Amino acid sequence: MRYLPKSPAERQEMLAAIGVKSIDELFSSIPERFRLRNALNIPGPYSEAEVIQYFKERAGENSNGYTSFLGAGIYNHLRSVVTDAIIQRGEFLTSYTPYQAEITQGTLQAIFEFQTLMCQLTGQEVANASMYDGSTATTEAVLMAERLTGRQRVLVARSVHPEYRDVLRTYAKNSGLRVEEIPFSASGTVDAKALQSALKNKDDVAAVVVQSPNFFGVIESQTPLAEAAHASSAMYVVAITEGVSLGLIRPPVEADIVAMEGQSFGLAPSYGGPFAGVIACKEKYVRQMPGRLTGQTTDSEGRRGFVLTLATREQHIRREKATSNICTNQALCALAATVHLTLLGKEGLREMAEQNLSKAEFALAELLKIPGVRRAFDAPFFNEFAVEFPRSVKILNSQLLREKIIGPLALGTPYPELTKHALVCVTETTPRAEIERFAAALKKALEQPV
Amino acid sequence: MAYPKNYRYSKEHEWIEVKGDLATIGITDYAQHELGDVVFAELPKPGARIETGKSFGTVESVKAVSEIYAPASGEVIEANGELHNTPEKINTDPHGAAWLIKVRLTNAAELNGLMDAAAYEAYIAEKAKETSA
Amino acid sequence: MTDRIKKAARHTNQNEGLIFEKSSPGKRAFELPPLDVPAADPAKSLGSHFRRGGVKGFPEVSEIEVIRHFTRLSTWNYAIDLGMYPLGSCTMKYNPRVNEFVARLDGIATEHPYQPQELSQGCLKILRLLEKCLLEITGMDAITLQPAAGAQGEMTGLLLIRAYLERQGNARKKVLIPDSAHGTNPATAVIAGYEVENIKSESHGQIDVEKLRELVTEDVAALMITNPSTLGIFEQRIPEIAEILHAKGALLYMDGANMNALAGVTRPGDLGVDVMHLNLHKTFSTPHGGGGPGAGPVAMKKILEPFRPVPILVEKEGGRLALEPMRPNSIGRVKAFSGNFGVLVRALAYILAYGPGVRQATEDAVLNANYIRKGLQGVFDLPYSLPSMHEVVFSDALQKKNGVNTMDIAKRLIDYGFHPYTTAFPLIVPGALMIEPTESESKEECDLFIDAMKSIAEEAATEPEIVKTAPHTTRVRRLDEVGAARKPILRWKPAIPRREAAD
Repeated sequence: MRYLPKSPAERQEMLAAIGVKSIDELFSSIPERFRLRNALNIPGPYSEAEVIQYFKERAGENSNGYTSFLGAGIYNHLRSVVTDAIIQRGEFLTSYTPYQAEITQGTLQAIFEFQTLMCQLTGQEVANASMYDGSTATTEAVLMAERLTGRQRVLVARSVHPEYRDVLRTYAKNSGLRVEEIPFSASGTVDAKALQSALKNKDDVAAVVVQSPNFFGVIESQTPLAEAAHASSAMYVVAITEGVSLGLIRPPVEADIVAMEGQSFGLAPSYGGPFAGVIACKEKYVRQMPGRLTGQTTDSEGRRGFVLTLATREQHIRREKATSNICTNQALCALAATVHLTLLGKEGLREMAEQNLSKAEFALAELLKIPGVRRAFDAPFFNEFAVEFPRSVKILNSQLLREKIIGPLALGTPYPELTKHALVCVTETTPRAEIERFAAALKKALEQPV
Repeated sequence: MAYPKNYRYSKEHEWIEVKGDLATIGITDYAQHELGDVVFAELPKPGARIETGKSFGTVESVKAVSEIYAPASGEVIEANGELHNTPEKINTDPHGAAWLIKVRLTNAAELNGLMDAAAYEAYIAEKAKETSA
Repeated sequence: MTDRIKKAARHTNQNEGLIFEKSSPGKRAFELPPLDVPAADPAKSLGSHFRRGGVKGFPEVSEIEVIRHFTRLSTWNYAIDLGMYPLGSCTMKYNPRVNEFVARLDGIATEHPYQPQELSQGCLKILRLLEKCLLEITGMDAITLQPAAGAQGEMTGLLLIRAYLERQGNARKKVLIPDSAHGTNPATAVIAGYEVENIKSESHGQIDVEKLRELVTEDVAALMITNPSTLGIFEQRIPEIAEILHAKGALLYMDGANMNALAGVTRPGDLGVDVMHLNLHKTFSTPHGGGGPGAGPVAMKKILEPFRPVPILVEKEGGRLALEPMRPNSIGRVKAFSGNFGVLVRALAYILAYGPGVRQATEDAVLNANYIRKGLQGVFDLPYSLPSMHEVVFSDALQKKNGVNTMDIAKRLIDYGFHPYTTAFPLIVPGALMIEPTESESKEECDLFIDAMKSIAEEAATEPEIVKTAPHTTRVRRLDEVGAARKPILRWKPAIPRREAAD
């Protein structure tokens, strides 16, 4: 086997050195009757060429050749080949968590830079070394608010990503958290009145959770929502699924905790992961923050260096009293995000964000030319917007598929009241010609008799 | 470091200095030594109730967290805010400037269960023997 | 001194500051294609949400500077690609390059989980085949690939147990955890809503079965064990342990962190385990990447199947695969979308490369650990003498006499060109040296490691200072962790606030 560096003779020498006759003797502590006698029934062994062949065949059974208008938490953005070249360096790829600081300064400094970039983006004072993804980061932000406030009621906007809310519910079930949902208004934003009344005269809310741009692509007005939360001493938690928006949109400085998905920063959609979640917050809350943190320090000769710090929050020390049971961050994904954002830089990120906005506005205008298509919400949006069709989205989408177009997300499944609504996403990677082709195909589909 | 004669000591290595129904509580020199360089202390807010034998806060070194157990019951009047910026005082002056909390005692009789300085010194000498054995 | 060090030599490496310190307005490392639609006016479209000029403080550098910056940083890391990385319980094995290649293929990396399932059959087939392989290796009945890492797998496993017991009428109160367990186990039990009760190991480091018999009551939901234990020892009485639990209606959870000792040799499902997680980044070679990403699938017996997280992968007529979003008894979602798919792809690529030969990898891993044990026995104290599986745990008891502890020895190992072993874990061994070579090490590399460890033991006896002040050859010496924790500096700030047009 090509991955194993021993010849049969070497194995024999080693067995002899140990003082056993056969490899089976080394497994003598496993009761005989439980030892497998037959070979495992799994395919292989495959040569490298066969492994590649297998996955190329599978890739061919997917969506190659289609143009997609899906977003909803996972976005297609330009990615420089430089990012992959860097993260495939063995020194980054095949290194462990940087517990031995003297020989992991590369990873540590990169994480420190990641933390800095995340602070700059979100307008917060500290950011951790990353979490699993946006959904778990949002849940961990809520658990953090629970620890900080000692309260267990959580108000979550219905315009937060449905799967993020699902994950929160799973975690809440056994921790005593009571999750309530706040409806959205006719303009697609959080229903401020409903929020006010849920908070009214009650000092029992740990966190108000809002997403912006929200699941409908709509940008929330943070200030009044934060003020409402703070008036009841609740923490104001902001989730962000589309980080590129921060190239143009004011960061949520009002937030006590920000939970962000980093996928938009150089990570491929990869059918849902791996990505990198981020938690950022005000400095005073850092000791209740979950996840790893890198800090700057000096060595015994006064040189700048970096270490994992404030580790006493973590499970390997605090065991059952830890802030979270998570031991990993998504270091390699966070590194990809760091390289990507460094490449983009200040101007590149701004330009990318502007292109997203421009393309989305263009797409909306094209779609609104089609008779019967309506804009669903009138609040400002970034690169996603909801439209209402005169017909079922599912039927229209199956017609679009024939034109090699993966149509917008049908909102009817997560929001039963929105059966004719669809969420359209356009990024800088969607060519104008494809937007026009999509609009034309949609028009044609709507012109056909039902 | 000397163990003040006017303090009383718990088996969990806290000291308590009592003046009327008011008391000051800290950790002992032995405890700070065992813990190593202290980097953070988490203390209760004024108004919090503490109860004999129950944890009221934590002291942290880089790689360990230790609970601090109340040597007596009472209500917290003040926590030592200085320690937030200078946790190292717990290492340098545990019996003085690095007091942790001041409390109003609710059951002075509990103090009878604590050791005086001589008994505590004998107690930690015994501990030291155990660990070196 | 240097002639003792056979594996490593010193060489120059580059200094490098923080990327923010290289920034100068107007430099660029990335250009977008020109916009092909009319440009929007952000101030008009976004109104008060608009932020002018970009993100304050963001770097402005050129492409070559980015390449050099991160390449220089990379050279400051140790890695499996450089040499043996014997971190106990972390299974730092070779991460095959072809796995990286296939995970990046068009049609694999490019897929969106919300695209129609008829256009995702390739992704779903990958998930299906990986499920089948992992079920065969573990001897279990059902599986979920959703959890993002081992810790989340643990939580998922406990939530499954909880859901099952609730269905039986009583979720119960406690989870039993041996004192040798990894700290994640108790942290997870609490998140699943259980109290933790620790069980002390008996004198050979095994679970005290008689004690367990007393502890297992109707209040106990499960026992979480690691097998082989964190001492690298197989729990020989595991079938009996399972029986004790089952007799009282409790379940047996196995932390699969050490599956690299068992794959292809024995199956947890056959041993009586009800539910377990696998760390694909350990046993199945997906790269650790400096601390993630990983994946933590959970395999289970039939009784737990109805409670699996949604969506559930199912086979329809004609072999078509589908993800079903709803199940009445599901514990819900533990993560958005369909798991860490890219990690799952790499794990399957690894399994396919070995096929049934996975057993050979396991045998070589156990062979290496025992070879190192034999080579270092007598040089270092071996606190538990039962047979070692894939890792061996020594203690620093002999070196302690000269004031040298496990951390010192670990740091000195760096000078010898190796990554340290795991220090000070498991907690039941004071001053532990936990060594897991994995199957990826040649006899030559194992011999070099044994020589290095012997040489350090010699140094500890004759010139302990050199060990206590190690490492001597790294870019930075021991770092001030106390200062870092007392006055945390967690992000870069400009020395003098620069005037910027932005904000």
